[in-house]
This record gives sequence, structure tokens and C-alpha cells, in this order.
Amino acid sequence: MADKSDKQVMSSGKVVAKLSLLTVGMFGFGFLLVPIYSVICELTGLNGKTGGRYQYQQAQVAVDESREVTVQFLASNNAGMAWEFRPMQHQVTLHPGELTEVKFYARNPTAQRMIAQAVPSVAPARSVDYLHKTECFCFTQQALDAGEAVEMPLIFFIDRDLPEDVSKLTLSYTLFDVTQNFAGKSQALSVN
Amino acid sequence: MASGHDDHHHGPAKGIKRWLFATNHKDIGTMYLVFSLAMFLLGGTFALVIRAELFQPGLQFVQPDFFNQMTTMHGLVMVFGAVMPAFVGLANWMVPLMIGAPDMALPRMNNWSFWILPFAFTMLASTLLTDAGAPNFGWTFYAPLSTTYATSSVTFFIFAVHMMGISSIMGAINIIATIQNLRAPGMTYMKMPLFVWTWLITAYLLLLVMPVLAGVVTMMLFDVHFGTSFFSAAGGGDPVLFQHVFWFFGHPEVYIMILPAFGVVSEIIATFSRKKLFGYDSMVYATSSIAFLSLIVWVHHMFVTGMPLAGELFFMYATMLIAVPTGVKVFNWVTTMFKGSISFETPMLFAIAFVVLFTCGGFTGLMLAIAPADFQYHDTYFVVAHFHYVLVPGAVFSLMAAAYYWLPKWTGNMYDENLGRVHFWLSFIGINILFFPQHFLGLAGMPRRIPDYALQFTDFNMMSTVGAFLFGFSQLIFVWVVIKCVKGGKKATAEVWDGSHGLEWTLPSPPPYHSFTTPPAIK
Repeated sequence: MADKSDKQVMSSGKVVAKLSLLTVGMFGFGFLLVPIYSVICELTGLNGKTGGRYQYQQAQVAVDESREVTVQFLASNNAGMAWEFRPMQHQVTLHPGELTEVKFYARNPTAQRMIAQAVPSVAPARSVDYLHKTECFCFTQQALDAGEAVEMPLIFFIDRDLPEDVSKLTLSYTLFDVTQNFAGKSQALSVN
Repeated sequence: MASGHDDHHHGPAKGIKRWLFATNHKDIGTMYLVFSLAMFLLGGTFALVIRAELFQPGLQFVQPDFFNQMTTMHGLVMVFGAVMPAFVGLANWMVPLMIGAPDMALPRMNNWSFWILPFAFTMLASTLLTDAGAPNFGWTFYAPLSTTYATSSVTFFIFAVHMMGISSIMGAINIIATIQNLRAPGMTYMKMPLFVWTWLITAYLLLLVMPVLAGVVTMMLFDVHFGTSFFSAAGGGDPVLFQHVFWFFGHPEVYIMILPAFGVVSEIIATFSRKKLFGYDSMVYATSSIAFLSLIVWVHHMFVTGMPLAGELFFMYATMLIAVPTGVKVFNWVTTMFKGSISFETPMLFAIAFVVLFTCGGFTGLMLAIAPADFQYHDTYFVVAHFHYVLVPGAVFSLMAAAYYWLPKWTGNMYDENLGRVHFWLSFIGINILFFPQHFLGLAGMPRRIPDYALQFTDFNMMSTVGAFLFGFSQLIFVWVVIKCVKGGKKATAEVWDGSHGLEWTLPSPPPYHSFTTPPAIK
């Protein structure tokens, strides 16, 4: 009788060990969903998330004179963000493959030094992969002293493979106040 | 209190120690059930505050922030405090009796998993008394409402959810270990009562998704306190990610609350139809299919977040597919009743109401599954009507049915049948007055979770509130029936019901404190 109940306790222990492993695994899986989500967003262009810095090589990219594409720029502040923030040109018309520079204006009207992060989004979503930025103020944080203003560059081109039916793109930036997150930190965080 | 029975030296300990140090599955089951009844009344009180405010347009009783706290706390308390612990309580009481086991496999862990709960809910409810107020971001706690814009009580909420999760996970491990290891000789898997089967599958679902819930609240904790940006776009995160991780837990969660209900109803309908359950095997397979499908449909809660067409279509079809195994179940219940010699005692009344009203809730679920239609219904009272139809006349009615069905077994006394029927009819009428008009409100465009509404919604809201108070106060009859039954009444036989079958009915009512110390023989 004692033998039998001992055996049972043992096997219960085994079941518990296995199931605990499953539990820990699923806890990990919850966190794994974070990178999985990013990868899926990147693959599908969902969210309008644009890629990071694009290495432009003149030789590879010929300008397609036969098409014209209009790119519109939007700039908005996240709730509670006090900066003045706007594109200095509301739209440009360009040929695919043509490297173009536009500037965004930002001014910190508050009495404190603040750090901001701009997050880009492109519409329509299926054109996300065809807008390449070689230089963008959104690659790093922007720090402005009280009252300081700055003109921020964006250099980009449109890929020649942009689907035929897309003739107008919107690139919008939302500016977030990240002063709290970066106070006292010098290293920059890269967020596309 | 339900199972006091002197059994030579092995009776229960005396006084409070019996409960604090309980390792007996019957005692722990009783504590779970009493706790969940208390939470049901607390969550119901919150709901009545909501309905009182919505009786008329404009603000009468509470301010919007407190209203939001009420909707949040009502959801959390009902889901995690009432329905889930009630089913764990039933499992504690009934699984060992149904499979011929002497107790749960892990009695000490069982004690722990129960006693975490009162602390978790005390912590959660205590936030109501603080200056910051209780969480007010809805029971789905979407970021950034629950992170960037959260009240300071969010930390209490996070730790309370962690504790509830730990409790559920330990409960699930215990149930799986019990079912795997402690079945009486001859009790093969395909001979197990359906309640045991549904709980086995539910326990696996719990293990698959409760850790993900723990993960998502941990990410919130980090975002709120440690400067990470899981859900904040400013730091490279994404609030929509929150919804994915949350609903990866949240959708299986609704099946966690309904699968054991399927088990209960399958037992009861067979008993009172005096027939064997029709299509036992198909019931087992249907339950497993539902559990599997529940893991791959979560995005139907997020149709309006901006999905590619392919995504919308996949999740729409996958969701509609759930209607197939669910339909199998409904047809099996109806076929079990077909040509049965049916009698309508209170448990059977609740079970039949379950089948009818849960099916109504299932149909509105199908409507919501249609992605283009969902754009119209999203975040309206139609959604509220839908999930209350599956959760109240669904899960809660099955719990009532289970309580009436097994109360004579637990206490040894018959409950008051007349009071039981009064309770059923008032609940049945109340629930339909309460939730049916909400379909119309939703279709007409009334948004959920808002304390005020446009004038044209007044009539249906008034009806709904009247129904809410009728339903709410009739639950006091249930409390009275339980107290009366525990105190005394006509002695119950071992079989209790005319058509009962299964091992639990071979034991006397109430069963001895330690039952099946030698395993029963299974024919």
C-alpha cells in the first residue's frame, strides 16, 4: 500500500514539473509575441512603420522620368506635447528614384529643455516598403533648450518599384515628449 | 460547513483551522464556492450602480470617473472573482468524486491556490477606498489608458492580476494531475463524465493563456515604473501590440468560463431526461475543437484596428468555424432531451434556459464575427448584450444549475424546490428584460462604457435597469435557498435524483469527509 502511494506522489511530481515547464514556456511566449509582432508588422507593412536608414547608392538607383509621385507631409503632436512642429513644405512632387530633401520646423516654446521623438507612419500601408529615408530627424531624439528652434532635415527617395496605381503618399510624423525617459541619458535609442 | 460528517478519527479539524489549513478537497471546494458567491454579489452591486446611473440620460448618481471604476471592477470581479473560482470550486468538489479519487492530487497546493484569492481581491477592492480610486480603464485594460494615463492604483491592479493568475495556474495543474493520476482503475479517459473532460481541457487552456496574461501585466508594470516602451509609440513600442497579447489570453479566457458550463449542463440534461447523454464521443471532440479554435481567433476583437484584408478574412472564417462544434453540442443536448422522460426540477430549468439563451448569445457572436458588420457593432451595447448573454444565462446559469443539482449531495439535505423555481423564473425573466433591450440599443448606436446617452435611448435603458434590479435582487433568494439547505431540510438519498448516474451518486449524501479511500470498481 505504501509503495503504491509513493509511486503516485512521484508521478504527480512529474506531472507538476511538466506542467510548470509549460507555464514558464507560455510566460516566455507572451514576451516572444513582442518581436513576433514587430517582424509581422515589418513583413506586411502593417502600421505604416517605415524601415530604418537606407543606404543610398547612386549607381543602383536610376531616376524614372516617366512617372511623377506626390508625397504629402503631416506633422502632429502627441497629446500634451507643447512643441511647435510642422513641415516647411506641405508636399513635393518627384520622380521615383530622385533623392529629395525637405525640412521640418520644430520649436520648444516652454521654459525647459525637452527631448522629443518623432515616429513616422506612411499611408497607404502597401507603399511603406517603397519610401526610403537616407537621413531623417526621426532616427534620433531631438533635444531643444527652452525657446530654441531648429530646422530638421529629411532626405528620401521613392523606389522605382512603387506599385503603378499609387500616385500619392502621405508621410506623417507624430512628435512624442520623451524628456522623462531620456533625462540624464546620453545614448540615443534607435527607433527607425 | 457543507460536509461536516463525523468519521471516526479522520473528521475535519475544529474551528477556523479547518478552513485555514484545509487540504480536504470538499472543504476547499466549499470555500471556493462561498468566495465566488460573495464576489458574485459584490460584482453585482457594481453592476447595479452602473444600471442605476443609466436609468436616465444625464448624470444622476455618480461621476464619470467613478462610473468607469464601476465598469472596470464589475468586469474584473465577475470574471476573475465569481465565474472562474466558482468553476474551480465545482471541480474541487466533484472531480475526485466523479473519477473515484480519495482527494485532489496536490492538497497543499490546493489550499494555497484558494487562499491567494481573498488577498488578491482585497487588494484590488481596497483601491476603491484610496484617493486615486480603483482602476478605471475597463476590464480589458487597453494601453495606453492603463499605462500612460493610468491612475496610481494600477500597480495594485497588476499585482492582484498576478496573484489571480498564480491561483488559476496552480488550480489547473492540480486538476490535471488529479485527472491523470487518480482515476479509479477501469476509468478510462473515454469513460470519464463530461464535466471532468471539459475541466481537463479547460485546465490546459488555463495553462496556455494565464501565463500570457501575467506577461502582459508584467510589460505594463515595466512601462509604468521602469521606463520601458512595450506599448508606447514614443519609445518604439506599439499600443496595438497590447491588444494582441491581451486577446491572445482574452479569447481563450471566454472558453475557460464556458467549457466547464458545457460539462455541467451535459450532466444535468442527461439526468433529468433519464437518458444517457447523446453523442458522448462527439461532445469530447467538439470540446477539444472549440479549445483549439479559441487559440487562433483572438483578432476578431480587433477588426477595427486596421488589418490587412487577408487577416480580417482569416479571423472571420476561423471565428465562424467555432459555430460548428458548438452546434454539435447544442444538437446533442436537444437530442438527449428528445423522447426523454423529462422532469423540470430547478437544475433542469436552469440547464434548459442555458441551452436556449446561450444559443442566442452564440448567434449574436456569429453576427459580430462578420468583419464588415463588426465595424458597425464594435464598442456598442450590442457587444455588451452578446457577451452578457453567453456569460450570465450561459456561465452563471450553469453555475446555478450545478449548485441546485449537487447541493443535496454536498449538504445531505434537499433544497426548497418551490423557492428554487421562484428563483429560476425571476432570474429568467429578469435577465431577459435586462439584456435583450441592449441588443436594440447597440444596433441603434449606443456606445458602451459611457455614463450618459442620447435621449432616444432612454426607454430601452429604463427597461434594462428594471430587469437588472429584478435579476440582482432575486439572487438573494438563491442565497437564502443555500443557507436553508445547509441548515436542514428533507434528507437526501445517495442517488438524490431519479435518473442520476455516475460515481458521485454511489456515495451517501453528504459524502464522508474522506471518500473513495479504496477505489471503486468501474463497470
